[in-house]
Amino acid sequence: MPTMTIAKAINAGLRAALEQDESVLLMGEDIGTLGGVYRVTEGLKSDFGPDRVVDSPLAESGIIGTSIGLSLRGYRPVAEIQFDGFVFPGFNQITTQLAKMHARSNGQLTVPVTIRIPYGGGIGSVEHHSESPEALFAHTAGLRIVTPSNAHDAYWMTQQAIACADPVIVFEPKRRYWLKGEVDTEDPGASADPFRAHVVREGTDATVVAWGPLVPVALAAAEASAEDGRSVEVIDLRSISPIDFDAIIASVTKTGRLIVAHEAPTFGGMGGEIASRVGEAAFLSLEAPVIRVGGFHMPYPVAKVEEHYLPDIDRILEALDRAFAY
Amino acid sequence: MGVELPTTEFSDIPDELAMELEAHAHDGAEGHGAMVQLLDEDGRFRRDSKLAESIKGLSEDSLQGMYRQMAMIRRFDTEATALQRQGQLALWVPLRGQEAAQIGSGAATQAQDYVFPTYREHGVALTRGVDLAELLRLFRGLSNGGWDPRATGFHLYTLVLAAQTPHAVGYAMGMQRDQARAAARGEEAGDPGAVVAYFGDGASSEGDVHESMVFAASFKAPVVFFCQNNQWAISVPAEVQSRIPLFNRAKGYGFPGVRVDGNDVLAVYAVTQWALERARAGKGPVLIEAYTYRQGAHTTADDPTKYRLSDEEQSWLAKDPLARFEKHLRAEGIADEAFFEQVAADGDALATKARADILEFTAPVLADAFANVYAEPHPLVEQELAWHRDYEAGFADAAAEATREGGR
Repeated sequence: MPTMTIAKAINAGLRAALEQDESVLLMGEDIGTLGGVYRVTEGLKSDFGPDRVVDSPLAESGIIGTSIGLSLRGYRPVAEIQFDGFVFPGFNQITTQLAKMHARSNGQLTVPVTIRIPYGGGIGSVEHHSESPEALFAHTAGLRIVTPSNAHDAYWMTQQAIACADPVIVFEPKRRYWLKGEVDTEDPGASADPFRAHVVREGTDATVVAWGPLVPVALAAAEASAEDGRSVEVIDLRSISPIDFDAIIASVTKTGRLIVAHEAPTFGGMGGEIASRVGEAAFLSLEAPVIRVGGFHMPYPVAKVEEHYLPDIDRILEALDRAFAY
Repeated sequence: MGVELPTTEFSDIPDELAMELEAHAHDGAEGHGAMVQLLDEDGRFRRDSKLAESIKGLSEDSLQGMYRQMAMIRRFDTEATALQRQGQLALWVPLRGQEAAQIGSGAATQAQDYVFPTYREHGVALTRGVDLAELLRLFRGLSNGGWDPRATGFHLYTLVLAAQTPHAVGYAMGMQRDQARAAARGEEAGDPGAVVAYFGDGASSEGDVHESMVFAASFKAPVVFFCQNNQWAISVPAEVQSRIPLFNRAKGYGFPGVRVDGNDVLAVYAVTQWALERARAGKGPVLIEAYTYRQGAHTTADDPTKYRLSDEEQSWLAKDPLARFEKHLRAEGIADEAFFEQVAADGDALATKARADILEFTAPVLADAFANVYAEPHPLVEQELAWHRDYEAGFADAAAEATREGGR
């Protein structure tokens, strides 16, 4: 089984999709000759040509909008938005057009557009390069949102998103692009359904739900917690729309405590949605309120202080302490 | 579509048009600037025009057909406005005054072309074979479309200004690829198609129009941008959208821009046909600015007397597209009184049908709206639908219970 970085796994996933389906094409700024600013699309233009790996004008609304048009003509465009904070010029096209086209046409039209967005902080960059806007898109019906945390998922989710008849946003955890892992390119295994959560560590006393860049942090916190004699279960959510509530509720029913950790600000974030659902479905199983760990209600701060903003092992441990104190 | 029209090729048109534009740069004083025109305001055919050649091949039937469609859509529009006033429609978007721009351009499209309208293109919809009753359903609040965009080559209306223009370019890029792929396989690709992206003078200020034109130019996409400059974006005049004639903007993107008299159906037809042929031949985009006038309100929700002068309205009524074409057809002996009487009678029948259609409409149920949020199953939607069904069923039980009790 080959070992590769998440970036390389996405590249391999895109390559497989381009090979398998002639209607797949990639669109974005700098994705062709340069191979993307993170080199995720490296080598694809030279192998598949400039009509299938398109270096587009620098215009996010244009990239998404033309991708919608291409999909209406029967193509499967994969649009890359270079960084999270630059998706907003394309926000209108994504939320008012892409998300609604199937419903507006009473199901006559499908728009199988994939949007790849490198997201999240921790790379020491300047403003608009470190944001986690997943909740803004999850609130819009018609979109699907997934985020891989490891190379195997990255390889398969990329292809599953492209094959999906619905528009899918893939939030790629950019600070994990260089994280290596085994990729079974023959068999997706448990990753066959991109919209199912995975229990990545079993435990009996508390559950931590995390996704994308925070999954390794959650696992490390669970390890540290074990030293205190606590058995912490970790769920990699994987899909933000739809959310696999069954997996979360099954875990909470067993452990009685739930922490939701994400990089985005907690206010109005996905953690609140998860907490609320668990409150409705598993209230009597809870030993403590659901506790959220996330970013603060502020613009993503400058890089020199981002380590104090981003949830880390200690912040998750502190939340666990609070949950166990009830 | 709709009307049988021969196609004419005139490949070296940029020079021709340049001459044409120069020839018509006469009425700049009125703010029109250079403008292609084949029918003057009295309906006289301008045989001196270079473009005159291009419509010589039109049969009398074709010309009558264009008039007929203009008259029918005007009558339909009048009826729909009345229906809104009577509370039968939530809103109506009148097209009165823009019949020549819409029928002329729509008639120039062919079956393999694809049209991305905004929300006022009722005339174009007619030329593409859309069932007009679906427009009434939309504005009554029963659907967001209803016609099959793939069968008609006429996309759904788009209410977000200019959002459809990048879709048009992407669709055109897809057409390009279809041709190239078929050629690479050595297959017959079928006749090449082109796309028309409709938008208005107000929408021309939106960023999406700019991005669309950049993409279209960069990829030489077979798309015709058709701007109906009807002078007013609700209450804001065109001068606030652009300090230069809108067609001049094309120059900045590197493709031709043409201003055509949008109240002259023959000129609109000729210019659009040229632009579509050019696009289908792989020569890239064109911007057409149809210089016209919205005679009524932006929608039934606004009152144009609050923002424009009746002098202006009167001066444009003198250029009315339908009256002008009627004068032409009469003067040239192409249509007689009996024809016009028949068209008027058919228009009344269409209006009567529109009124009857509305009474036949049935409302959809909300439960159906769950079906098409996603193309593939989505657990949240399924869960909410199940909850909704249970909830509604609770009322049904209560109603049944009440009936039983009432019967005792």
